[in-house]
Amino acid sequence: MSERLSVRKTYKLFIGGAFPRSESGRSYVVTSAKGEFLANASKASRKDARDAVSAARKAFPGWSGATAYNRGQVIYRVAEMLESRRAQFTAEIVAADGVSGKKAGELVDAAVDRLVWYAGWSDKIGAIRGSANPVAGPYFNLSSTEPTGVVAVVAPPSGPLLGLISVIAPVIVTGNTCVVVASERAPLPSITLAEVLATSDLPGGVVNVLTGNAEEIAPWLAGHMDVNGIDLTGATPELAQSCEELAAENLKRVLRPEAGPIDWLADPGTERMTAFLETKTVWHPIGV
Amino acid sequence: MSTLTTSFSSNASLRGFLHGLPGVDKVGADARAAMLGTRSIKTTAKRQAIDLAISMVDLTTLEGADTPGKVRAMCAKAMHPDPTNPDVPRVAAVCVYPDLVAEAVQAVKGSGVKVASVATAFPSGRSSLEVKVTDTALAVAAGADEVDMVIDRGAFLAGDYLKVFEEIVAIKAACGDAHLKVILETGELATYDNVRRASWLAMLAGGDFIKTSTGKVQPAATLPVTLIMLEAVRDFLATHGRKVGVKPAGGIRTTKDAIKMLVLVNETTGDGWLDPDWFRLGASSVLNDLLMQRQKQDTGRYSGPDYFTLD
Repeated sequence: MSERLSVRKTYKLFIGGAFPRSESGRSYVVTSAKGEFLANASKASRKDARDAVSAARKAFPGWSGATAYNRGQVIYRVAEMLESRRAQFTAEIVAADGVSGKKAGELVDAAVDRLVWYAGWSDKIGAIRGSANPVAGPYFNLSSTEPTGVVAVVAPPSGPLLGLISVIAPVIVTGNTCVVVASERAPLPSITLAEVLATSDLPGGVVNVLTGNAEEIAPWLAGHMDVNGIDLTGATPELAQSCEELAAENLKRVLRPEAGPIDWLADPGTERMTAFLETKTVWHPIGV
Repeated sequence: MSTLTTSFSSNASLRGFLHGLPGVDKVGADARAAMLGTRSIKTTAKRQAIDLAISMVDLTTLEGADTPGKVRAMCAKAMHPDPTNPDVPRVAAVCVYPDLVAEAVQAVKGSGVKVASVATAFPSGRSSLEVKVTDTALAVAAGADEVDMVIDRGAFLAGDYLKVFEEIVAIKAACGDAHLKVILETGELATYDNVRRASWLAMLAGGDFIKTSTGKVQPAATLPVTLIMLEAVRDFLATHGRKVGVKPAGGIRTTKDAIKMLVLVNETTGDGWLDPDWFRLGASSVLNDLLMQRQKQDTGRYSGPDYFTLD
């Protein structure tokens, strides 16, 4: 009897809840931290980025219109799904980052906890960012938060799962939809995460994942007139600057990359959530 | 084809002619349409195609909720599809229900944009000939330049070709100077052979245009169906010496869809039909996509729906 051949997974993109290959037909070789072949990943083109933005835009009314409570539940569900795939993610992180199995397991746990933490924020962020403003007149003056819209995210090259979760969750928890350019060096956990997202009640198009070269794709997202914000966390200083210049055309909200390396295990605070929030203020007569 | 007579006195003679048309090779038609759909049209050629497609659009609103205000807004868009850029050509026509024709005529006066009206108990066509003729006459009296009629699909499918033929003749008479577009509603005709027969029937009866669909039935303007209709008008010109236009309508949503249609025209009938007088695109949402692609070419950045009007 011949030896069984293992079935290898084809890593594709994640756009609008589906897993298409790159429109360009390109792929690139992904290697482990030790330089061994891991898989071929799709190399997204600008047209994939455009399709992803269309999908994110289409998903925006439904996702931003869902109640904050509901969004929190969905993100909690993502955490549940992630927990059940702990072993798979641990193995992928070991392969991608070359860390020990114990360390990788801790990183997966931290990623699950991070999701639960952000899920809890969904119906509370309005309470700390909204306000009842004192005004000199017989009015209630109320400020409340609204999502910015479609946000492009350049994911950090390090921290293949925890870093990725830490940039996606704060963007979507407030009602934005996003297009994520995954780490070029370690894209495989991002596509496995997409499999988690696809099976966890998250509407298709809320998160879209592109694998490939950020230098190639990010400028198209930064210049795209239908993108409302861009998180440049994973961009090099040169790329971040050119993207910020392109983003100025339609006044995108820009989150600049941090100067030094980021400790993803540290308390993230609320900055990432509030970076892509708008404030709506209404005046309402108090009456007699 | 021995019988080239255009007057048919009986159902039998008409049936004999239509069923004598060669059958459509379904697999071949599908494959040819799919193959032509893969043509790559880029840069300057794409720019020309986009502008040509814009100039061929019949900007359409056929909703129960249409208001005079919506029609006026659509007419403004028809005349100046992109108000920020005067280089963008105007569209060919606006298409509305008969009761809104007067509003549309007023709105597009002097711009060269034509007003088309659907008529004949659109979209089902289920009414008496008197009602259909009156419907048409009202639209023409209100100033419609073009009338889009629907054929009686029930009669056609039952084999009563003469009834369909005579109805088209009667509506054509009621149109006067207005151009008559005959909607075959190919989504209800079941086979490609029927599409070919209905195309010939509409042309023999005097239609100036043959149009795929009402837009209310799926599938609507598919590539193979448009291919078969283009072949019919090409052959009709050769055998009867009269040129008939083609209008795919419904389901054309993206620039890519529109350009595929233009490729199909060029490869089937030649560039004699690459003109708004002979080929139209019945659509509404495709216009914004064409404008977005045009802007992408101008600015080098992807545009978004926020920057264009809805309808």
